[in-house]
Amino acid sequence: MADKLTKVPVREQDPQVRATNFEEVCLGYNKEEAMEEASRCINCKNAKCISGCPVSIDIPGFIKEVKEGNFAEAYKVIGKSSSLPAVCGRVCPQESQCEGVCIRGVKGEPVSIGKLERFVADWAKENGVKPEPPMPSNGHKVAVIGSGPAGLTCAGDLAKLGYDVTIFEALHQPGGVLVYGIPEFRLPKDKVVAVEVENVKSLGVKIETDVVIGKSTTIDELLQNEGFEAVFIGSGAGLPMFMGIPGEISSGVFSANEYLTRSNLMKAFRDDYDTPIKTGKKVAVIGGGNVAMDAARTAKRLGAEVHIVYRRSEAELPARVEEVHHAKEEGIIMDLLTNPLEIFADEDGWVKGMKCIRMELGEPDASGRRRPVEIPGSEFEMEVDTVIMSLGTSPNPLISSTTIGLDVNKRKCIIADEEYGQTSKEGVFAGGDAVTGAATVILAMGAGKAGAKGIHEFLSKK
Amino acid sequence: MYKILHAENLAGNIFLMQVEAPRIAKHCEPGQFLIVRIDEVGERIPLTICDYDKEAGTITIVFQPVGASTERMSHLKTGDSFIDVVGPLGQPSEFIHEDMEELKKKKMLFVAGGVGTAPVYPQVKWLHEHGVDVDVIVGAKTKDLVILEKEMEAVAGNLYVTTDDGSYGRHGMVTKVIEDLTAEGKQYDVCVAIGPMIMMKFCCLTTKKLNIPTIVSMNPIMVDGTGMCGACRVVVGDEIKFACVDGPEFDGHLIDWAQAMKRQAMYKTEEGRALLKLREGDTHHGGCGHCGGDK
Ligand SMILES: Cc1cc2nc3c(=O)[nH]c(=O)nc-3n(C[C@H](O)[C@H](O)[C@H](O)COP(=O)(O)OP(=O)(O)OC[C@H]3O[C@@H](n4cnc5c(N)ncnc54)[C@H](O)[C@@H]3O)c2cc1C
Ligand SMILES: Cc1cc2nc3c(=O)[nH]c(=O)nc-3n(C[C@H](O)[C@H](O)[C@H](O)COP(=O)(O)OP(=O)(O)OC[C@H]3O[C@@H](n4cnc5c(N)ncnc54)[C@H](O)[C@@H]3O)c2cc1C
Ligand code: SF4
Ligand code: SF4
Ligand code: FES
Ligand SMILES: [Mg+2]
Repeated sequence: MADKLTKVPVREQDPQVRATNFEEVCLGYNKEEAMEEASRCINCKNAKCISGCPVSIDIPGFIKEVKEGNFAEAYKVIGKSSSLPAVCGRVCPQESQCEGVCIRGVKGEPVSIGKLERFVADWAKENGVKPEPPMPSNGHKVAVIGSGPAGLTCAGDLAKLGYDVTIFEALHQPGGVLVYGIPEFRLPKDKVVAVEVENVKSLGVKIETDVVIGKSTTIDELLQNEGFEAVFIGSGAGLPMFMGIPGEISSGVFSANEYLTRSNLMKAFRDDYDTPIKTGKKVAVIGGGNVAMDAARTAKRLGAEVHIVYRRSEAELPARVEEVHHAKEEGIIMDLLTNPLEIFADEDGWVKGMKCIRMELGEPDASGRRRPVEIPGSEFEMEVDTVIMSLGTSPNPLISSTTIGLDVNKRKCIIADEEYGQTSKEGVFAGGDAVTGAATVILAMGAGKAGAKGIHEFLSKK
Repeated sequence: MYKILHAENLAGNIFLMQVEAPRIAKHCEPGQFLIVRIDEVGERIPLTICDYDKEAGTITIVFQPVGASTERMSHLKTGDSFIDVVGPLGQPSEFIHEDMEELKKKKMLFVAGGVGTAPVYPQVKWLHEHGVDVDVIVGAKTKDLVILEKEMEAVAGNLYVTTDDGSYGRHGMVTKVIEDLTAEGKQYDVCVAIGPMIMMKFCCLTTKKLNIPTIVSMNPIMVDGTGMCGACRVVVGDEIKFACVDGPEFDGHLIDWAQAMKRQAMYKTEEGRALLKLREGDTHHGGCGHCGGDK
């Protein structure tokens, strides 16, 4: 049926329906659809797609198995390089990674690698395929800080090698951004994230929640008094930035982190949970990344009219193409080339509007993108009752400021080498957003793997 | 799970709980707080650490029901558990870093309003244990709401209890006592005021007039308590601070009180509905036409 030039379409919830619920938007492929899409891969000898994947999954290898209906085999192939395929298949920016370089994309659409990966992972879960059992215990204790993709992957890899691993997590639930940031409708918590966490636990990894390293205890104490021989820091980049414009302290101005944490981690969108969230009638989300799209689509589902306010143009939106497309389908209004200058509040201190200015694109800046510049005299007022700041995040200094001899750079990112995650402090390794600043799930996962390798080498030599 | 080893109704509707939380007890200092969650559906509730026993691995909290969550919490009994207790959070009181000899020379005044007596206690106790005696004013609405008097008596240099209605101790607000004491010739180098925002605000107005530098403990709305959400932003001078990591204690003379109070009231409607729903249980079906029966 298909002309092989386009992807087998994936089933999705109708935009009008899904804009009012928190169920997953994308329903994924079934067996037949997956096998048909897999048959579009021409199994390139010199497969470009592999080089596009940050963890070099043998993409033609697993797709070949899918084509033949050997899903368990396909899962094994992916498992050699990735420990979170159900997550990455859903949230990787495929268009700029694996699919971005797929040869099929030269004339037509690339192979739907992400959706196939997701299919294989979901199939494996439904059919009870478990990760390989760990090696016998080697008695070495390792501490992992943070339970996001970096921490979970590092812990899982070390447990497989026989290490006695404990994850320390500041929040009350493990998963990092996967539980507090990325919404249910993009990444189901029980069906996907909890399963990944359980898999890591089934390898013998202990998870202690409610432990804030730097407050409840310190890395130096873990090493000196609690018997840990090495530490991996995967504490992410959770500190939200604000614009610093007048009126930003007004009631009704939230960071995307707060808004999303209330909705995702605290489940404020559900009536049976205690935490409140402000729905707002007209919401402006400032920013254009994945986080902004997630905040906007959450506000939409809570019943608001939602505007994305972004200072560059559509081509520069840093969010995944699929998310921008979904957001527009759901009725999110894009106010591009627009920048807020000031927020106005009513006498109760509540947001009532925003002064904005129109922008145009000038010369390229250091990042190679054309720099947005203000158009003089183009100020205008926008009436809103809620503003969600989604301008990016940086690493929290809680850990670096309480660990002796742990070096950070100007941006408070922990300095660690890429191959082994080694930091300036002996026995301490790091990776993920804590090292790179806000990045992606797959890069964090890769850094977790590197850290596990580094710790294994370090402790094997000891 | 964090076991409640002892739950007690201190006075009126003020409750005390001693909870097993060894990591927190071992690492906490005066001025810090923690966050509890009652159960799976519970909010994260920030509460000051009011006492701690490092050997026994326990911490003490004192709270007053003001809404649905704290009301629900007040029904927990000895032997029950919190699903989560995390901490210690925030910066310890600044004085613990000061040179002890300098500190001993300082004349300090602590002013506690209502349930604020509880967070003042560990500070006064710490100072007492380090050989520093301080003056303490404890204010309450009425006699029955004076809490921890005996405990405070044991660690304070001078203790002045006052009630708004004059039913016990001195008569009048804590601000009046500050004025009276200074009029009696007392001199203070620093004042620490902890209580409801409105009380801290008026203390600051008074001490500003009297030229006494004043530290307050801010209690804005919080979610994570680790610097991740920014819900707890407060204006201090010309800066915006995150109370959970930069505070909760700040220079009270630099706080923008009007702004802080407005932010504290942000969820008023939702909160009122939640409390109503809790009190009226299943009989609250939103017939009022305002709330849809829930948040
Ligand atoms: C809303 C949102 C949407 C996103 N969408 C995408 C997407 O579509 N695709 C994509 O690839 N990436 C996306 N990202 C980015 C991606 O989620 C992150 O790059 C990734 O999660 C980083 O992983 P990590 O393990 O380094 O850190 P995190 O996932 O941030 O996990 C860090 C964990 O460490 C804990 N921690 C922090 N400090 C301490 C401490 N002192 N003690 C103990 N524990 C601590 C934190 O509570 C947290 O659980 C998104 C991010 C956000 C916020
Ligand atoms: C650092 C800090 C220390 C505190 N120490 C104590 C203490 O020792 N004893 C005590 O009784 N109370 C203390 N509080 C206040 C306590 O957290 C609130 O009373 C409680 O969260 C109210 O919850 P609720 O659901 O019962 O009330 P709600 O009906 O939800 O709210 C009532 C009022 O409580 C405040 N509040 C609501 N939610 C929060 C929140 N998530 N964080 C902070 N304030 C909130 C708001 O002002 C609100 O208007 C402290 C707060 C902070 C930030
Ligand atoms: S992990 Fe991400 S980049 Fe790699 S193949 Fe899968 S979807 Fe593509
Ligand atoms: S580049 Fe595309 S077609 Fe070639 S192997 Fe990879 S997925 Fe298949
Ligand atoms: S409570 Fe979230 S940053 Fe302070
Ligand atoms: Mg509440």
